[in-house]
Amino acid sequence: MRYIDYMQLNPFQKFGYNFSKFFKKLPSNLARFFKMLGRAIVAFFVGIGKGFANYGKRFVKGDIFVKLSYLIFGVSNLVRGQIIKGLLFLLSEAAYICFMMFFGVTYISKFGTLGNVETTEKLSADGFNYVKVYGDNSMLILLYGVLVIVVTILIFAIYIANTKSAYKVYEDKRDGHKIYTFREEMKQFFDEKFHITLMSVPCILIGCFTILPLIFMVLIAFTSYDNAHQPPGNLFTWVGLTNFRDLVSITEGATKAKTFINLAEWTIIWAIFATFSNYIAGMIVALMINKKGIKLKSLWRTLFVVVIAVPQFVSLLLMSQMLQENGAINQFLSLITGQNIGYKFLDTALSARITVIIVNIWIGIPYTILITSGILMNIPADLYESATIDGAGPVKSFMKITLPYMLFVTTPYLITSFIGNINNFNVIYLLTNGGPSTEEYYEAGHTDILVTWLFKLTMGQTHDYNLAAAIGILVFIVCASLSLITFNLTKSAKDEEAFS
Amino acid sequence: MIKSYKLRRTLANTVIYVILAILGIIWISPLVYLVIQSFSADPGAVPQTLIPETYGFDNYIRLFTETESLNFPRWYLNTFVVAIFSCVISTISVLMVAYAFSRLRFKSRKKFINVGMILGMFPGFMTMIAIYYLLKAMGLTQTLVALVICYSAGAGLGFQISKGFFDTIPRALDEAATIDGATKNQVFWKIILPMSKPIVVYTVLTAFIGPWTDFILAKIIMGDKVDNYTVAIGLQRMIDVDHANQWFKRFLSGSVLVAVPVTLLFLKMQNYYVEGVTAGGVKG
Repeated sequence: MRYIDYMQLNPFQKFGYNFSKFFKKLPSNLARFFKMLGRAIVAFFVGIGKGFANYGKRFVKGDIFVKLSYLIFGVSNLVRGQIIKGLLFLLSEAAYICFMMFFGVTYISKFGTLGNVETTEKLSADGFNYVKVYGDNSMLILLYGVLVIVVTILIFAIYIANTKSAYKVYEDKRDGHKIYTFREEMKQFFDEKFHITLMSVPCILIGCFTILPLIFMVLIAFTSYDNAHQPPGNLFTWVGLTNFRDLVSITEGATKAKTFINLAEWTIIWAIFATFSNYIAGMIVALMINKKGIKLKSLWRTLFVVVIAVPQFVSLLLMSQMLQENGAINQFLSLITGQNIGYKFLDTALSARITVIIVNIWIGIPYTILITSGILMNIPADLYESATIDGAGPVKSFMKITLPYMLFVTTPYLITSFIGNINNFNVIYLLTNGGPSTEEYYEAGHTDILVTWLFKLTMGQTHDYNLAAAIGILVFIVCASLSLITFNLTKSAKDEEAFS
Repeated sequence: MIKSYKLRRTLANTVIYVILAILGIIWISPLVYLVIQSFSADPGAVPQTLIPETYGFDNYIRLFTETESLNFPRWYLNTFVVAIFSCVISTISVLMVAYAFSRLRFKSRKKFINVGMILGMFPGFMTMIAIYYLLKAMGLTQTLVALVICYSAGAGLGFQISKGFFDTIPRALDEAATIDGATKNQVFWKIILPMSKPIVVYTVLTAFIGPWTDFILAKIIMGDKVDNYTVAIGLQRMIDVDHANQWFKRFLSGSVLVAVPVTLLFLKMQNYYVEGVTAGGVKG
């Protein structure tokens, strides 16, 4: 459709056009995304190839000191007067060699097997008691092995920087350019290279406390680090994809797979119910608050928002107590019915699940009110007016105007909150602790979702770290692909703004 | 005709008022229950009636005087100290990363942003076990330092909202300053930061509230070291199977003491919150 045709449409048609276009474009957008992904991967490898080519070129073109720098860090810089820089390079090499000699080699050499020296018991010197002689600690080997690999990658980056710097200073000297002193180079870090100064500390922190643990946990998913293989004392080793197979292979008596399938099912049901119940109910309340002629708008809004302002653990722990057999809710029910009611909300699977979803509505609606209020105000008023003139009631105009419009604008928000609900640890754990517990499941109860099961597997009675890590990876794959779709949708939605 | 329209509207509005009032009461009543029961002076630690018959400050006083087994004032202080330190560190790192991504142009900037996004998609506590062992290797488990590290180390990943804000400041300002001879460091301190008060306030408040509301991390790191608990796990301890019968009302008063300041801070930050989510979210 040409722009001029588009402009002549009435608001209804415009909206319908955009709406259908959004979904028609979905497949091509997805295809474009995968094409982009492929291109990025190719570019990555081409980049690496180029890097190596330049690495070789610098070696061939440089003089003897540059060539020497390829073996001993910083020689070229030292010879040409950049003393401090050269010394720093040299120091990093020396530090790395020491690190490997005294620490790294022992761990990295056992990384392939994760240790093979069993813990044994030996008669002690006095001849009466047995003492344990600890063998290898697989967990430490894995952890430090990852650390050694990360440090090695870092030193490799420094090495490449060293060769670049060696060649550059050689070139500058040869061509008679100015060679910067250390102080001048430092000054650059507050101007042209300011981004390095800003990013380095946060990156180091993120590297140590997010990336390193993440690699460690991903690797654990491929080991046998379960309750029967707890270091120190027992060794564990690489087992490939066994853990993933345990999670999905349904055979007689395979409680792990059964638990996984059932909990995955409940996780999805929970996420769908939690997301949409909050979304629609919250939107209706927001509409009522924002309706023309309703007074005390900020009072109503605050009334709801206070609920999310209170820390979630307070409101959820309070709720869990109020839902007890002699808790406030049963007291209230007894009061209005005049009978003694002691309903056990959290004792059977179905009732616990329904209760969790309802309590989540209590927690979640205020968020929706906060976020949708602004967008609701932006729906063109003439849409509603013409609908009213055509005889549509409030329900009809909600279903035909508000809901489609909001779905169109807030799809990214919906997907994000869907992901949030898949990972909604607090509500489940603090409210029911996964209960009611059951013998049928492996270390889980009827309201456990995957992430609370993950938590129980690692922090509960058993320590099945491998299983937990495998679950974490699967949850990540689901969440990440959803996020990528959202990201792509937002981008395509933004492209369309140029048109309308 | 007009009259009947008016009538219909008044009727509709009345219905809405009634619905809103009922919903409002439902939404707020658990919190009202929390507050009034915390002032209950009825005998027994578990409330027997919906509305207490006598009022007093007994629960609060006992919370602060009977500290042998569960030391609430200590937990409060712990949380406060952790919150202050992690607030300072995470605010600085968030603002640094956001500024770099928003105003500076450097090689592989986009790649960094994407990696940051992907890292944010992993379930948060998947890494906790590994962090636990890392901290153990450093000899830091069950200390407050470990908590500060955990809360502030990953803070740089939450750059999106601040970046969205920085993106709205016109670039012409930076350029003018650069022409006048300012370095990028000076631009950051003298131009961008003074203009970004709302987002700084927002970042400070979120970082400060974090430790008061976090539950899982503190639980994993502190284990059974009750003295170093934060309020969240401490309060949960008060209503576990062993303590609930004795401590329930004190749990309520402790919750009030935590919830009131956090609620006030949150309401103050609410406007920034909406702006941040809607603006920063789209810009990515």
